[in-house]
Amino acid sequence: MKTVLNDKPWLWWILGGVFVAFAAVLPLLNLSIPGVLPGATYTPGTLQVLALALLFSSLALSYHLLFGTAGLLSFGHALYFAIGAYGLGIVLDRTDLTLVPAMGLVLAIAIVAAYLIGSLSLRVAGISFAMVTLAFAQAGNVLVRRNPSITGGEEGLRLQTEHVPDFLVGVLNTRNLYWVALALLVVVFVIVTVFESSRAGHVAAAVRENELRVRVLGLRPFVVKLVAFVIASALAALVGMVHLLLQSGAAPRSTSADFTLTLLVIVVLGGVGSRWGAIVGALVYTLLDQRLTALASSEWIESLPAVLRIPLSEPLFILGTLFILVVLFLPGGIAGAVRRIGPSRSSVPARDRIEEAE
Amino acid sequence: MTDPILRVRSLSARIAGQQVVEDVSFDVPASGVTALLGRNGVGKTSTIRGILGLIERHGTVEFAGERIDQRPTHRIVQLGIGYVPEDREVFSKLTVAENLRLAERGGAPNRELVDELFPDLVARAGQQAGTLSGGQQQMVSLARALINDNRLLLVDEPTKGLAPLIVQDVANALERAAGSVPVLLVEQNLHVVRSLADTVVVLESGRVVHTGAAAELLDDEELTQRLLGVAAEVES
Amino acid sequence: MSTVVLLLITGLGLGALYFLVASGLSLIYGLMGVLNFAHGSFLTLGAFMGWEVARRLGQDSWWGLAASLVVGAAVGAIVAAATELLLIRRLYERHIEQVLVTVGLSLATVALFEGIWGTDPIYVDGPAWLGQTTELLGAKVPNDRFMLIIAAVLVLLAIVLFLRHTRYGLIIRAGVENRAMVTALGIDVRRAFTVVFAIGGAAAGLGGVLASHYFGYVSPHLGGSLLIFAFIVTVIGGLGSLSGAAIASVIVAVLQQFANFYLGGTGDLVVVLLLAVVLLVRPTGLLGAKA
Repeated sequence: MKTVLNDKPWLWWILGGVFVAFAAVLPLLNLSIPGVLPGATYTPGTLQVLALALLFSSLALSYHLLFGTAGLLSFGHALYFAIGAYGLGIVLDRTDLTLVPAMGLVLAIAIVAAYLIGSLSLRVAGISFAMVTLAFAQAGNVLVRRNPSITGGEEGLRLQTEHVPDFLVGVLNTRNLYWVALALLVVVFVIVTVFESSRAGHVAAAVRENELRVRVLGLRPFVVKLVAFVIASALAALVGMVHLLLQSGAAPRSTSADFTLTLLVIVVLGGVGSRWGAIVGALVYTLLDQRLTALASSEWIESLPAVLRIPLSEPLFILGTLFILVVLFLPGGIAGAVRRIGPSRSSVPARDRIEEAE
Repeated sequence: MTDPILRVRSLSARIAGQQVVEDVSFDVPASGVTALLGRNGVGKTSTIRGILGLIERHGTVEFAGERIDQRPTHRIVQLGIGYVPEDREVFSKLTVAENLRLAERGGAPNRELVDELFPDLVARAGQQAGTLSGGQQQMVSLARALINDNRLLLVDEPTKGLAPLIVQDVANALERAAGSVPVLLVEQNLHVVRSLADTVVVLESGRVVHTGAAAELLDDEELTQRLLGVAAEVES
Repeated sequence: MSTVVLLLITGLGLGALYFLVASGLSLIYGLMGVLNFAHGSFLTLGAFMGWEVARRLGQDSWWGLAASLVVGAAVGAIVAAATELLLIRRLYERHIEQVLVTVGLSLATVALFEGIWGTDPIYVDGPAWLGQTTELLGAKVPNDRFMLIIAAVLVLLAIVLFLRHTRYGLIIRAGVENRAMVTALGIDVRRAFTVVFAIGGAAAGLGGVLASHYFGYVSPHLGGSLLIFAFIVTVIGGLGSLSGAAIASVIVAVLQQFANFYLGGTGDLVVVLLLAVVLLVRPTGLLGAKA
């Protein structure tokens, strides 16, 4: 059956459509998955968790574009998420712009920032590139912490809801935000797919495999990498903005290196080369993160001897260990393991990829 | 006839996804000098590096009857192979003495032979290798390979970029060494090839196109021109 | 003048701390091409174990301090060597995966530390002299700075002597320059990997104990916050260069102190800017050979 699916890619699209449709009606249903979801699917608590999972999926997809497709290992992707979240929060606080124009403004700022930082950072490659991106993200972190009057410092920034439409504010309207998050995921997925199948996307993939050959052929790796970088960063900023609305605030944690590393973990867990992998990884991570805390205080864990109880009550320990095991034994992540049942798409050799791109 | 010391069968190799050696098969006799010839870029250095496992390779390589094509480089070398790489690759921050000490592999190193062949190095034992001239660095590289009791020497373009006088020194040292150890020599300088090599293996586009006695090839001007693109006769 | 002296010596003290962490990072990257994100955890564990030991022997005694330093270094070395043997070695030549594994390890270990010791900082005490100050050129310099500086200098000397006079040191020095050629001389470099990890771990563990005295507390995030600066220092100094790491540690830490004092707390920003500038002008760092 798997080979049938691999032969007919449009089947995947239909499945995707079904998934989206199902996700869209979830808030109207009374489904419960005890142990996994905090309540039934129409409850705001559960919708909050699900919306968060959708947002992380979008964010993971944007990181997949950067790392999985263009091969750019960035340790500072969180910076653009933070620009989105903090940017929107500050604009809504300080100006009289309504939501949509405010989002447009912040998006423009994010694009300009990504263009400038990307142009500088992409002048070096590999580990040096990773370090520069880390440095810029650190700078962002410092700026946020040292200007509490603007950013709320350690306490975080609270969302000012004056200019936000009513249907997006308040606990009861969580499901509207859920639908926004779902819509965003669809948009991000489409954009990433369009890029990957475009000429630019093929060149980016070829660059990832063998940059020298691409250059020898007269194609320009730098431009393509910059385009991928800007698009990925803009998408991250969008996610940050919706995140601000969902959580009613922005927290300094989102500017930390930890946050980008968590993203890295998600994308690798799901499978670096795969869009679906990024989504699956994000869903698994969010659910694990939310539920492990609850699970950790359950009776079953409490009764274990200390040497087992202590590690198991820390969600990040389980995530970290899981991650290590995946890297060691499941190099393709979850998507890679699944894909091994059918013919591998990413075995297209570099030469063919370059020819595709010409 | 004794068995060849090195048997290469259907060797292929890639670097960063690029096929650099297509299908190479040849033998290296257990004594004498075998020259590996060919134009620039045909895969001579890659063949040597493939034999040593320094690049990704497939095919069969037998050294003194043992399969070595699946082994890691350091194990292959420990069987008794001395390697003189193209571009010397001395450790520039280490002294001459340290370069040699690093290369010593247990047992009784040929310290006396090396000291005799390269008196200049003895004088410069404490000097940083990076500050040596090209010719002196080549001596260090050769000494590293000669200091152990090796059963085969793989020597890659030892005279590259050196002045004629130094070329002569290198050739002399190699001739001394070849007296007791078989040598597989990659060399563009046909004068050196003529004076040292017994047999030749010629490559083109990653494959072997000619094997035979060295003198036979070099005496045949037309063949030499066709295979190597240069005239065999060099004004000395 | 006295302010300048104080800033300078504090900078040197902090620089000593950065160097202790960066020395390991630099050698590990130089020889193995691995960016070790778990290095911070070696530091934190060393700090915690050192504290546990000092706690039992009496935190205000010199014996307690000495024991904690030894234990911190030993724990760091052992855990680092274990990391290399169990995790890194399986991923030989796969650099991205190696980095990822260290990321996972850092996440897991920090969580583990939080589970064992809690998330709040634990206040650390030492011999009375450390908390006192000595007058130097008009400035009242806290004595813990001197301990840090002396420790870092001793570690630097020890590592240099090791590299100069032992066979493993020779292999490591050559391997940092040209790893392939070392294997082509018949040497199994992988053993040197474990040695390098152990050295880095020992320095980090030692640094952890010293950091706990410098900052006055130990917490699960102690290593992580220092690690970022150690990375920056390593890159500025040049990946793989021990002397580069030493020089960069001093420059970065002193700059940080002066910027914090004279430019209103912008020390961190200035350091980050310095990194960006160095990377764009001289991508291999001050004394580095690897790009």
